[in-house]
Amino acid sequence: MEALTHLSDIIIPILIFYVVGYGMVSGVKVYETFLKGAKDGLRVVVDILPTLIGLMMAVGVLRASGFFELLGTLLQPLTNVLRVPSQIIPLLIVKMFSSSAATGLVLDIFKNMGPDSYVGMITSLLMSCTETIFYTMSVYFLAAKVTKTRYTLTGALLSTLVGTVMSILLAANIVK
Amino acid sequence: MLNFIWAFMILLGVIYAACTGRMSEVTNGALDSAGEAISLCITMAGVMALWMGLMEIAKEAGLIEKLTKAITPFLNFMFPRIPKGHKAREYIATNIIANVLGLGWACTPAGLKAMEALAELEKERGKPGQIASNEMCTFLILNISSLQLIPVNMIAYRSQYGSANPAGIIAPAIFATLCSTIAAIVYCKIKDGGHR
Repeated sequence: MEALTHLSDIIIPILIFYVVGYGMVSGVKVYETFLKGAKDGLRVVVDILPTLIGLMMAVGVLRASGFFELLGTLLQPLTNVLRVPSQIIPLLIVKMFSSSAATGLVLDIFKNMGPDSYVGMITSLLMSCTETIFYTMSVYFLAAKVTKTRYTLTGALLSTLVGTVMSILLAANIVK
Repeated sequence: MLNFIWAFMILLGVIYAACTGRMSEVTNGALDSAGEAISLCITMAGVMALWMGLMEIAKEAGLIEKLTKAITPFLNFMFPRIPKGHKAREYIATNIIANVLGLGWACTPAGLKAMEALAELEKERGKPGQIASNEMCTFLILNISSLQLIPVNMIAYRSQYGSANPAGIIAPAIFATLCSTIAAIVYCKIKDGGHR
């Protein structure tokens, strides 16, 4: 785990160094280009702002109503058997349908449990190593006008399962 | 999909709060969350601007194009039956690289183009219809297995909520992503072995 943490520390500086260095050597006006990209990045954030407000509001309402406590109690038997924190199950389910709705839950977990807690760490990794299954399938297959999706769903579920198990194992090792 | 989920969360929340007598908490919860979304976006704006700025340099310097070419062997391995020079290859490569670099805006258009091109390929093969080809299944499973190397969004969210080391998840996340992607690759190769 030490090595993994160390690797995390150096990746971003190396990446910045490499991209800027490569850009300079290739004769790119690096600073101006950076500014142009940064502007696009800001636009991306402005575009997702309404989505975030809508979803955080919805999760906020659910949280304040006490529903998550009820859900946690209801899921207790299941989470005891699987040995996962109860917050993870709703996240896993929502994540299959919509990644932005899942983001709402993620932020709620970070806020209440902290991003460095066991649950927070599982969440961070889980969101980094899986994608939305049903959303991706419906949008992409619509483009190809396909209705029979054959083994796509089982493959997607399998890889999500592997990602989930890995996230839980890694998080348990990082957060002692 | 999202219409349904969103409405469901809000309606459920309000009804449950009415039952448990927590309506005033819900009022505060709704208002606070909306404000919180704004402060989150301010943190995200910095991280996203930094990342997209870097990626713009990478694009201008031809790095992204180079990466797209560099994954040709991987494409040959995953999609052996797409003819060389078919445009589906180009779109798939662009989509995969955009995924790896976390350029969300570039993934979906290239991905959709790739699916259309794969549908045309099926027509050329004389198998038009509504059945997914092996290539389509592989391409989608790869996409869903997540290929992103640096989870930029997660880092931003973590730093907003006071993580001691927001970027500390990069290496374990890469490891977890590798595992889910390898599982996807193995599964696709096994399934693809039995030709349609």
